[in-house]
Amino acid sequence: MENPYIPYPVRIDDIEIATEDKSLKTFKFVFLNKGDEEKFSYQAGQFAELSIPGVGEIPIGIASSPVEKGFVKFTVFRTGVVTSYLHNMKVGDIMGIRGPLGNWYPWDKLENKNVVIIGGGFAFTTLRSSIVYMLDPSNRSKFKNIDVVYGARSPGMLLYREELFEWEKRSDINMHITVDGTDDPNWKYHKGFVPQIVEQNAPKADKDTYAIICGPPIMIKFTQPSLTQLGYKEHQIIMSLENRMKCGIGMCGRCNIGKELVCKDGPVFTLEQINQTPKEY
Amino acid sequence: MNTCIKKIRELSADLLEKGEVEKVIGFAKGTIPMATSPIAIQKKQDVNKLVFNSTCGLNLANYVSKGKGKIAVVTKGCDDRNIVTHIVENQIQRDQIYIIGVPCTGMVDKPKIAALFEDEILEFSEDNDTLTVSSLLKTQTLKKQDYLKGNCFYCTHKNPVLYDVLAADLVEEQKLDNLFPDVDQIETLDEDAKWNHFENLTKNCIRCYACRNACPLCYCPTCFVDESDPQWVGKGQDKTDVNTFHFLRAFHCAGRCTDCGACVEACPMGINVRDFTRKLNKDVLQLFGWEAGLDMIKRPPLDTYRPEDPDDFIK
Amino acid sequence: MILSNKQKGYTMKFITIDKNNWTKGIDKSRETYQLFGPVKDENGCLIKKLDSDVQPDMGYYESVMSAKSVLFPQTEKILSASLDESLEDHHIMKRAENDYSPRAVLGIRPYDAKAIALVKLNFDTKEFQDPYWCDAYDVTVFVGLGITRPGPFDFSTSVGTGPFCEDDLDILLADLDDHYLAKILTPKGDAFAITCGFDTMADEKESQVLFDILRKEAEKNITSRVEINKLKDKTILDLHEADFWDDLAFSCINCGTCTYVCPTCWCFDIQDEARQKQAFRFRNWDTCMSPLFTRHATGHNPRGTKVQRVRQRFMHKLKYFLDKYDQGIMCVGCGRCVKSCPVNIDIREVCNMMNAYEKQN
Repeated sequence: MENPYIPYPVRIDDIEIATEDKSLKTFKFVFLNKGDEEKFSYQAGQFAELSIPGVGEIPIGIASSPVEKGFVKFTVFRTGVVTSYLHNMKVGDIMGIRGPLGNWYPWDKLENKNVVIIGGGFAFTTLRSSIVYMLDPSNRSKFKNIDVVYGARSPGMLLYREELFEWEKRSDINMHITVDGTDDPNWKYHKGFVPQIVEQNAPKADKDTYAIICGPPIMIKFTQPSLTQLGYKEHQIIMSLENRMKCGIGMCGRCNIGKELVCKDGPVFTLEQINQTPKEY
Repeated sequence: MNTCIKKIRELSADLLEKGEVEKVIGFAKGTIPMATSPIAIQKKQDVNKLVFNSTCGLNLANYVSKGKGKIAVVTKGCDDRNIVTHIVENQIQRDQIYIIGVPCTGMVDKPKIAALFEDEILEFSEDNDTLTVSSLLKTQTLKKQDYLKGNCFYCTHKNPVLYDVLAADLVEEQKLDNLFPDVDQIETLDEDAKWNHFENLTKNCIRCYACRNACPLCYCPTCFVDESDPQWVGKGQDKTDVNTFHFLRAFHCAGRCTDCGACVEACPMGINVRDFTRKLNKDVLQLFGWEAGLDMIKRPPLDTYRPEDPDDFIK
Repeated sequence: MILSNKQKGYTMKFITIDKNNWTKGIDKSRETYQLFGPVKDENGCLIKKLDSDVQPDMGYYESVMSAKSVLFPQTEKILSASLDESLEDHHIMKRAENDYSPRAVLGIRPYDAKAIALVKLNFDTKEFQDPYWCDAYDVTVFVGLGITRPGPFDFSTSVGTGPFCEDDLDILLADLDDHYLAKILTPKGDAFAITCGFDTMADEKESQVLFDILRKEAEKNITSRVEINKLKDKTILDLHEADFWDDLAFSCINCGTCTYVCPTCWCFDIQDEARQKQAFRFRNWDTCMSPLFTRHATGHNPRGTKVQRVRQRFMHKLKYFLDKYDQGIMCVGCGRCVKSCPVNIDIREVCNMMNAYEKQN
């Protein structure tokens, strides 16, 4: 019997400060046992438990992409006991990763479709994973138009800035980068909140277009009407939820919305599914 | 008791009809024998749901929270003193609350009565000082005085101290030579025996926190046992952690506890949590001459410093 | 009825156990089995691990806590790791050592065994198996004791179990004054009986007739009922938005009593502790009544109010579980929560209210 509570041992290979306020850091991990990397085969949209012995575990979306080999990456916001501890760890430290956990964005269903990716703040991690996955030369032809709306408070709070600006230059992806506000006179992208930028820039819905949203509950709440206005139906809006989790394997009982467990039946749901369940997220 | 129920209902109906209060917090009849359940009555036509009897052992001050409107609450002597404590500790304002005081003749010790029966109790009724209790196997008539809750047995404040109206005539307070014979007895034990006593007391604790949650004093937004950053106490069944919870909670109630016994009433495991709180009540009385909830003006002893405060513990 | 795999393909048989031989047999089994059973102390009856000199109290009426802790202890060490960086495997978590030698629970109530079958749906799934629960389950023999005098809070017959229900038991005992009549239901039960030296065969037909009589008699004495027939047809959202939750939750003090005494409540927390150079990961029972249960690290709490938490408990037991597994409700009618709730919130009333609820248009 596999013990689903035992994490794979990993070494911290690199730590990068991800935002100007230093509240987010991106950790790159390599597996101590090469075989574990294969066992940890994942899809864009899944998450894992970062596991620090004697401190605790936290569920975090996987920011690296299945097409990136040899390591896994997670971008972590410093907020509680475990994340604060993690932020103080050093390259070379040993810890654990348990997963991959949960479901993923419905890549089969999205083949030959237009995909609109909408993200806000630091909930851009699994969306980064998704974009890198879709832009990979072996995958790009599987998808039609790709649009990305991504917003943060200020330019310095945007995650993966270098990649964003590179994608911006490409012709096979339409980037709509926005910030709530900035003093930078040279800022050449959008200013305004995500819902408003979605309404103005995202493609109108048709039966071959799907939207993926990931962000804080408040952003999700205000983006829904924008998408509805653009004609998106409930089943075309795909969302990734967060709830407090412990086990990550559907047993400990706290992350449910109605009868669905966010850790196991989710974290990815369509708005159609969510609308049939109590909104306890 | 019956006249007091009638009076509680009349007063409540009147208050709700005149719009003087938003709701009346009292007790409703339970679904099983010897049980009553706190209830908030908002409509005049519902006042007949209110009851009062010797099984109302919980403390309704626990249900009084800061809100906009004025609320009425039915209080026994001890609950009433917790309202005073709430006012002193700035949890509520005096003018937010309308107190329907019930001079109390004592609440019954349910586990003690249940222990008389091999099987489950099916019926419980009372007529002044006589209790009639039946199970499938037998019926027993008991004297209420013999089956009072521990805290009621030693109670010297049966009458409410602060009220807007009384639901019955004041009762005679008992005069006790010694308020704390139970504590004295534990104090006579040697160190090991004392420790054994407390270990034995908490051995069945399941950390459901019913004692804490039934206590009107435990209103901290985050209890120390729930704090995770820093984490003061482990969350499991380790003895040290379980005892730490009980000891610290008791200390946090020092000079505030009115010995209402709601903690014991709520405990599903039959733990006499009062063995902890009573010791501190005794100390506070001896060291500072203080009993909680009797004075709306004076600051509680652990809230203030006086040069003459005892300091022999400094060596 | 949930038929466990272990009951399939075994022909049950009956034996009689003279009470004069009971203790001797039980003591004999201690060489092979760790024993658990009802123990009375001044605070009531509990199901506990029996020390070598303690006999199970088979005449007990009702235990405050259920038998769930035999497989699912309130605190259980699950992983450990060394933090000593001079060791090669430092910070690498491994399964904690636990004792999985054979166990037997003596005198478990049939509805508590049924509850274990329901809890199994959570811990033993297609995708993941909880190794701690499953390993304990695999080595445990459930020796049930039929209920001849059901209490006033017992509503087991209206929720798919009952005083002589055999689901998930290995042996069912009927107390017949000077002896037990035992129905051996599984090979595991058979092995336990053999270890005890209990081997006096009883006539199968006669014994079954006797069991049927006892069962019917006991079932007749259960007067407490709940209605659950209409729960399936209601929508989750309608029940969730029903108008009775606020009034129902008013008296609740959000202690965890109902969840801890419940034989079917399985929710848990995972906690780490470090002592010197050693790290441990524990799991503890948790309760949906606590605000901490769902509070995000940011402070946001999807079930931040008392009424949301009370609703969660009943919705989980009486609707989510029903819809998810199609195995009835997550309640075996033991009545422990009814009896232990400090403020007398009664699941029977809530269940009937939910079952009768019609959405007002």
